[in-house]
Amino acid sequence: MFGWGIFKGMLVTLWNFLLTYFYPKKGIFTVQYPEKKIPVAQRYRNFPFLVYDGTPHMIRCVACKICEAECPPKCIYIVPEKDPEGKVLKKPAVFDIDYAICMNCGICEEVCPFDSIYMDHEYELSKYQRTEDLMAHKEELLKPWEHFAKIRPLDFERIEAKRAAKNAKAKPAAPAESSAQKPGPGLIPPRQGQEK
Amino acid sequence: MTLQTNSSLQTELLEVSIGPQHPSTHGVFRLNAVLDGETVVKLKPVMGYLHRNHEQLAENMPYLASMPYTDRLDYLCSMTNNFAYALAVEKLAGIDVPERAQYLRVLMAELTRLVNHSLLVGFLLNDLGAWFTPVFYAFREREKILDFFEAVAGSRMMCNYFRFGGVKADLPEGALEQVKKIVQNYPRFLDEFERLLAGNEILRSRCQNTGILPKDLAVNASITGPMLRASGVNYDIRKADAYSIYDRFDFKIPLGMVGDVYDRYYVRVLEMRESVKILEQVLKQIPGKGDILSAKGLQAGRAPRMWKPPAGDAYGRIESPKGELGFYLVSDGSPKPYRYHVRPPSFVNLTILEDMCLGQKIADAVIILGSVDIVLGEVDR
Repeated sequence: MFGWGIFKGMLVTLWNFLLTYFYPKKGIFTVQYPEKKIPVAQRYRNFPFLVYDGTPHMIRCVACKICEAECPPKCIYIVPEKDPEGKVLKKPAVFDIDYAICMNCGICEEVCPFDSIYMDHEYELSKYQRTEDLMAHKEELLKPWEHFAKIRPLDFERIEAKRAAKNAKAKPAAPAESSAQKPGPGLIPPRQGQEK
Repeated sequence: MTLQTNSSLQTELLEVSIGPQHPSTHGVFRLNAVLDGETVVKLKPVMGYLHRNHEQLAENMPYLASMPYTDRLDYLCSMTNNFAYALAVEKLAGIDVPERAQYLRVLMAELTRLVNHSLLVGFLLNDLGAWFTPVFYAFREREKILDFFEAVAGSRMMCNYFRFGGVKADLPEGALEQVKKIVQNYPRFLDEFERLLAGNEILRSRCQNTGILPKDLAVNASITGPMLRASGVNYDIRKADAYSIYDRFDFKIPLGMVGDVYDRYYVRVLEMRESVKILEQVLKQIPGKGDILSAKGLQAGRAPRMWKPPAGDAYGRIESPKGELGFYLVSDGSPKPYRYHVRPPSFVNLTILEDMCLGQKIADAVIILGSVDIVLGEVDR
């Protein structure tokens, strides 16, 4: 019978209307955004932030420039700090990330051997002026390690365990190493896969 | 320009440019149509508005760094794009993939197929004039899958989840239950979708016998994917060249009979049912624990800038939701690919658009374009 298919389709829409009208939990609804927010998944990644332990001076980054080189759209810019004699220190003087270029891929987080850069959950980054750029400097990027524990508790446990194991291994070897040859400041430790 | 038609009336041809900013073109795409009355006499697709230099970019960066860029090719199904690229590099470098990672890959690829096909059906109905009701039913289901992607890969659409020799991260706690629930409930949604649409007389009279693509023309134009199968050619790379672990699953390949818009729509609906079947088997067979990244893959991911595959070339291809997606890589032994080429299914399927539209009404040209299933990110690259 002509029209029966349309009628059957209409019944489906009617059923959905009634279902969501009487059982509001059955459907997906618009969330009134600025007042209410949907919690994001733990692994959600948006823009990177820099980790510090304790105070912002204890920045974990050693300015090894690995993330700068690996970043696919090249949005990271690092200048290592120098002491008055011109010796390069293991600390970034400038650490800029251009949020306008960053594409949230998370490769910086994966390649960082010092656990110092991680993807944040912050997604409200709009600016009020056209002239304001989205360049994030070191001061804005720095966040405490506890912040990471708050946003990604599961990964925090895993990384803490890894770091503890690494520290336990490094401590007994430290005195012997310091007497023999001390790695120069800013020297990147050799990593697996790099020997070739 | 005049045209002598069958009637004694002399009519003038009208050239119409649809797009590049037009809701029916699914992106920045232009259709230059020459119309005789309402009938399409000539139709020229104009593309390139979204060209982002993908191939040249990839030739100037390490292998892994192109992975997030492949997400942006076909932005609806980033997982399958990752899959094809990872396969190509694995072939090039001879990297094996652990068991659990294989299952995770197939899981992601089939979920992506569900997302893509349900969205396509929704948007096709949008083109037909069923304004947004079917799309929102599709969005409702897609939302659940995207939530799963976010929990696993960290991002809803730009997943960047695959790595050479495995995947980036294992499933978080509770994710397997989440996906089991999705897979269990999906057939119910498909039934509902079918009740809503398949019997609809308006949809049938508009879609049936519109934009017929004959079998031989489809093969000659190297059309792939659901469009080819709607024309009745039994060709699915999952069966023809079983990559990954697709030879372990039991599924059928739905085929169309006529090759019109209705067949192309219905083949996709049936394909979703087959995908659900594959997903059920994946969830049954997936090993509980295991490596997700092989040792060689771990090495490749640790310092992508330094990692060099041996010299040679490789072509990795998969059955992406839109057709055969292939990556051709030539390596000269340096950390960057010497040549990087994408074989995008959307682009190749689009080349046949004029042949399907000739003699049809201009309103039908819109739904024929919709049934081709293009994403402009992939067409223009």
